[in-house]
Amino acid sequence: MPSRIDIASRARKRSRDLAAQHSQPSPQPSSGRKVIEFRGVSKLYAGDVGLDHATFSIERGEFVFLVGSTGSGKSTVMRLLIKELEPTSGVIRVAGHDLADIGRRRVPYFRRNIGVVFQDFKLLPNRTVYDNVAYALQVTGGTRKEIRAKVPDILRLTGLSTKLHNFPHQLSGGEQQRVSVARAFVNHPPLLLADEPTGNLDPETSIDIMRLLYRINRTGTTVLVATHDQAMVDKMRRRVLELAEGRIVRDEAAGLYTRDETTRDLARRLRAPSGRPPGLE
Amino acid sequence: MRIGFFLREAIRATRRSAAPSFAALATVLVTLLVLGVFIPIVQATNGAANSVRGRVMVDAYLKTDATGADVARVRGEILALPHVSRVVYVSKQQALAQQRKLDPAAYALLGSNPLPDTFQVIPDNPGNVLLVRNELMIPTGGGATRMLDPAIQSVSNRRTDTKKILEVTNLVTITAAALSVLLVIASVLLIANTIRLSLYARRREVEVMKLVGATDWFIRWPFVIEGVVVGAAGALLALAVLGVAKVALLDPLAHNWTLIAAPHTIAFPALVIVLLATGVLVSAVGSGLSLRRFLRV
Ligand SMILES: Nc1ncnc2c1ncn2[C@@H]1O[C@H](COP(=O)(O)OP(=O)(O)OP(=O)(O)O)[C@@H](O)[C@H]1O
Ligand SMILES: [Mg+2]
Repeated sequence: MPSRIDIASRARKRSRDLAAQHSQPSPQPSSGRKVIEFRGVSKLYAGDVGLDHATFSIERGEFVFLVGSTGSGKSTVMRLLIKELEPTSGVIRVAGHDLADIGRRRVPYFRRNIGVVFQDFKLLPNRTVYDNVAYALQVTGGTRKEIRAKVPDILRLTGLSTKLHNFPHQLSGGEQQRVSVARAFVNHPPLLLADEPTGNLDPETSIDIMRLLYRINRTGTTVLVATHDQAMVDKMRRRVLELAEGRIVRDEAAGLYTRDETTRDLARRLRAPSGRPPGLE
Repeated sequence: MRIGFFLREAIRATRRSAAPSFAALATVLVTLLVLGVFIPIVQATNGAANSVRGRVMVDAYLKTDATGADVARVRGEILALPHVSRVVYVSKQQALAQQRKLDPAAYALLGSNPLPDTFQVIPDNPGNVLLVRNELMIPTGGGATRMLDPAIQSVSNRRTDTKKILEVTNLVTITAAALSVLLVIASVLLIANTIRLSLYARRREVEVMKLVGATDWFIRWPFVIEGVVVGAAGALLALAVLGVAKVALLDPLAHNWTLIAAPHTIAFPALVIVLLATGVLVSAVGSGLSLRRFLRV
């Protein structure tokens, strides 16, 4: 068990790292610095192919969609990235670290740098909305003061201010999804993974969530979103990675989008009637 | 701050999953009750067996014409033998007095004293009684024997009796020991299993905690604290029941049932400590260990 001093110094170091990231004025993908790198990664389940020699990389500050039909391996990518699963073969690097080199005891500290919105939310059933979000800070040794400062903020941002004291089973699917987003981001992690963050939401709320993810992205956080929502992906005009039966079949570094679009402009564009704006493709 | 956090977590868990916590508490309570009754019984049995074995001895009868000098010489010789712990001399007058008390009518008819002077030889260990006998009455081959000293007339030859006593008491002691070991194992397994079941109900929660970056010990401490609380509560309840039973049932009986009053029985305060420690340790360590499986995420 790490000592308290250990934790405190780690927390200080983390906040320095984050400060360094936030001080970068432009969310442009800085050239060279790869946050995620998959090289020939395969994941075989008993009988099933989860991922088949996938190779791709994502640079710092990017906003990337991961699309593909059901069972194509999107969640597998996410789960490999947080070392919930081990790849059968291939190399995965996150922020330059080979995941195979991270020992069991280091895994929790590694995970604290990644915010994850799980496809099935993974909320703690015995805790209120507030406590679920606070837990992500408590595991890092966050003080009560810090928790009181940060949690209400992120809950307001995700539109949950009126549900603070509800338990997960007292929330709608969409509300649970928002709690999951809030928990993933309360730490301001440099990397955010969202597995179907709009899967249970109506179009309007989906736009809110996408806007939130985009806002988070603009603070310098790299965001990877797995989704089925083809219309949303088309409208967002971000880079798209497509998986089919575990293989990367498309990597469209859609260069057409304006990178420094404001969240309001983005939202306006997303609300525009469906169909691709002229000039695309 | 962290201690406070872990305590609050433990309380939250106990409150929100009251049924499994209660099951664990009940298990600790019942197991410790059985243990608390069984420990003194085993000890009393062992004590009784040992006191029976303590009475195992060899009698050496002197010739009726043995003089005071003979008696002193024989005593020295016997004491010099290996495996002899004590020698008790019973003169013919003492022997007669003892027998008279047992059967006054029969001895009243006797004119003279037919009893010899006797040495009761007590071996250092009841198991060595036959060795000692063979040193007093040395086998010279072909079934013949020679006495240690010419003044010795004969040596008590209760070979079969002695053997039986030793075998029976050995069996009692071994059985009691085996039973206590089994009982302790059963208690530990029972408590550990109940804890595992209650943890199994919460395994998803543990998995989620790991996925959001909690270390093993961060997750484990509240469970261990909960284990301590549940174990202590179960043990205290068991002790309360045992205490009441002792005062209400055993103490009045102790006068006419020697087994209960046997000097080897564990003192009640010691029993309290043993049971409390068992309850808390098994339950806390059980929680901590059972969690291991679910932490591998
Ligand atoms: N634990 C597992 N054991 C066995 N097979 C699995 C396991 N998890 C996933 N698979 C299989 O691996 C493949 C990829 O699954 P994955 O969950 O990555 O798909 P997905 O793209 O996230 O699908 P969806 O869009 O429905 O969430 C599927 O064929 C699935 O059946
Ligand atoms: Mg999935």
